[in-house]
Amino acid sequence: MSVPVSWYLVLSAVLFAIGSAGALTRRNGISIFLSIELMLNAGNLALIAYARQWGQHTGQIIVFFVMAVAAAEAAIGLALFIAVYRQRRTIDVNRINLMRW
Amino acid sequence: METLIFLLFALLAVGSSLVVVVHKNPVYSTMSLVVTLFSVAVLFVLLGAPFIGALQILIYTGAILVLFLFVIMLLNVTREESAVSQQKVQAGGALLGALVFGGMLAVLFWNARRPMDPMTEELVSMKGLAREMFGQYLLPFEIVGMLLLVAVIGATVAARKPPQPDKPVEDLEP
Repeated sequence: MSVPVSWYLVLSAVLFAIGSAGALTRRNGISIFLSIELMLNAGNLALIAYARQWGQHTGQIIVFFVMAVAAAEAAIGLALFIAVYRQRRTIDVNRINLMRW
Repeated sequence: METLIFLLFALLAVGSSLVVVVHKNPVYSTMSLVVTLFSVAVLFVLLGAPFIGALQILIYTGAILVLFLFVIMLLNVTREESAVSQQKVQAGGALLGALVFGGMLAVLFWNARRPMDPMTEELVSMKGLAREMFGQYLLPFEIVGMLLLVAVIGATVAARKPPQPDKPVEDLEP
């Protein structure tokens, strides 16, 4: 008995919604990053599910690229947080308003 | 059997992702995200993508989340007073998340559901994946490699200590 692909897509939507709610409500910069990783992973799950449905590899290859881009994003973002922490002594995004008008 | 495995790991993924979002301690959030990513990796294997599942465990939990833990310990952000900023902002964020979820569900059910093809050996095999990745998608592959190089150099430069800091930062030294 095979699981229908729509179940995977519903799970992906649930994970994405949880991640987006977290990214919008958390104050800690690192927690926001974790939520973004969760959203990226939910997108990956949807891509793999569609690759399975259509029987093609393209979705899997796109997931590979998304993972590489996520790794690059995490490295740059965490380095930026370290740089901000040196200046500000906090990574609370409510207190980092350097670029606010 | 497949349904049972799917339900088990789907519940595990949803539960641990909720912990990621609501827990105050970022170290616990990160460890909980490890559980989520492992569960999703199991689902990848279930969907006939064992290579991507292995990559998920290797890259995400092996590299990215270790980097997160390292930075959390470096910055000493152990706890925040409350996980979310204000009640109003929290409600708005939750509402937006629910809207995103509802929109995706609507699109999902809008699309005609097509019966799934039986899983072919060609889909699961590494050979077909490698042939496509290094054939049709060779240029994006190389560009991603360049992107990672640029990201590593950029991260090194951004996290480096500035030459003349405005304030003394001796206590940051390990």
